[in-house]
Amino acid sequence: MNKRERYNNVMGYLFISPWLIGFFIFTLFPIIASFILAFTRYDVLSPPRWIGIDNWFRLLEDTRYHNSLKATFYYVFTAVPLRLIFALLVAMLLKPSTRLAGLYRGIYYLPSLIGGSVAVAVVWRQVFGSEGLINFILGMMGIKGLNWLGNPSTAIWTLIILAVWQFGSPMLIFLAGLKQIPDSLYEAASIDGAKGWDQFIKITLPMLSPVILFNLIMQIINGFMVFTQAYIITSGGPLDTTLFYSLYLYQKAFQSFEMGYASAMAWVLLMIIAFFTALAFKSSRFWVYYESEEGK
Amino acid sequence: MAKKAKRQNIIYHIATFILGIIMIYPLLWMISSSFKENADIFTTMGTLIPPKFTVENYIEGWKGFGNVSFATFFKNSFIVAGIGTIGTVISSAIVAYGFARIPFKGKDLWFTAMMITLMLPFQVQIIPQYIMFNTLNWINTFYPLIVPKFFGSAFFIFLIIQFIRGLPLELDESAEIDGAGRIGIFWWIILPLIKPALITASLFSFYWTWDDFLGPLLYLNQATLYTVSLALKNFADPTTITNWGAVFAMSVLSLMPVLLIFIFFQKYLTEGIATTGMKG
Repeated sequence: MNKRERYNNVMGYLFISPWLIGFFIFTLFPIIASFILAFTRYDVLSPPRWIGIDNWFRLLEDTRYHNSLKATFYYVFTAVPLRLIFALLVAMLLKPSTRLAGLYRGIYYLPSLIGGSVAVAVVWRQVFGSEGLINFILGMMGIKGLNWLGNPSTAIWTLIILAVWQFGSPMLIFLAGLKQIPDSLYEAASIDGAKGWDQFIKITLPMLSPVILFNLIMQIINGFMVFTQAYIITSGGPLDTTLFYSLYLYQKAFQSFEMGYASAMAWVLLMIIAFFTALAFKSSRFWVYYESEEGK
Repeated sequence: MAKKAKRQNIIYHIATFILGIIMIYPLLWMISSSFKENADIFTTMGTLIPPKFTVENYIEGWKGFGNVSFATFFKNSFIVAGIGTIGTVISSAIVAYGFARIPFKGKDLWFTAMMITLMLPFQVQIIPQYIMFNTLNWINTFYPLIVPKFFGSAFFIFLIIQFIRGLPLELDESAEIDGAGRIGIFWWIILPLIKPALITASLFSFYWTWDDFLGPLLYLNQATLYTVSLALKNFADPTTITNWGAVFAMSVLSLMPVLLIFIFFQKYLTEGIATTGMKG
């Protein structure tokens, strides 16, 4: 090893040391610790007690846990596709570069900017309340409203709508992707007589598929981690229909202090997310189009 | 033909604008309700213009609860988001330079590890983290919310790496020939050039920390330490809430820092998302 290489090695580790130290303390150690905790009973006050695989068996029998799985899957697999479709539609709408494009982008991004805040969650509870804005508007049209948040079949939809409303980030990513598609492709298609829908299916979607994959993975990961809105708007009710994974984990870990059990839950979540991320990657070779392959 | 194109153009703008207004209607409704008298809020929901304009809600709401006013909550939020942002941006910039420019052993491994942490659910980390901070007696202090930020954030490190990669390598090389070391190159050459990336990272960091709810919920149990988001949640407790006007007013105020950042720095935010594909 010459002097220069040694210097670079020292400097490299010096520069990344803040992250590296943080990685060991705040990420790697906690991940390993939570895996070990998953085999114990631990309530913070007394030392953890080894109970083997009891926690994992308990997951199989815990009906509330099953409710939370059901609610989470229902949420992820409706909110994510709807949000992505909506994001793509709005991106198509905002694609033309007009003088007002910047303003429009700002307006349509605004819901995403504020949608994750406590303020919006609090207001959302009012909007969908029995005497809220939605029922008021329905009332003006002569329709009798519902108790949206108290009804087990509608409560989760108030959260799904809130999630879809925050379409801003995937929309901006789609928009950047749409602008990358060369105009010449559309022009050639027009000459061949392909109309709007055909162009969308045969040009826009394939050219955009890498971006769709990226958005899909990020949104699935985010979807599984949703917490604040459900905590504030529905608190998991009614009848556990909105008891999202993070919410139940929070209740177990920090309200009833079953830290061992909650750690087992956290690890299952990690595996679920890893599974769906891998699935999206694996499936991508069937539907994601990479331009560079064309040259082979 | 030109006439038809012009008409299509007008239709496009009208439709886009109207749809945009529908999208932000809940926000407009919230702002207008905050200026309505309490008695009017639920009887005049159909109109955005307050029948009697009042700022009473803001005055009442600002008083907060439990003898702690929103001045305290805002101060706490500014401390946490301010210090946290400074820490995260400085440390991320340092780490980003190491990854982007210095060839060293094991770099690919650590870089991959960092990218994987971006996909890691926070749930597998929070329980041991909580135990750790509890052991350190850091519950009911700002430390758990601030200290981890000084170790860089994978999102911002990646954002800044991407930016540094766009800078010509000749800059580093000529400085090296002039006898500058790595620290000198980072400090004198790279740092001044990555300002736009640092601004983007600062804005996002401030905005995310300001909005953070779970962190304060876990670590702050005294009203005097509450951040705005946690305070607002308690202020709007559905079982005790009577003054909706005040809740709307404080909700609007809590969004103000984020909205102001957005209005003044929109370009940095929207381009930041588009180029790095950041979360949402």
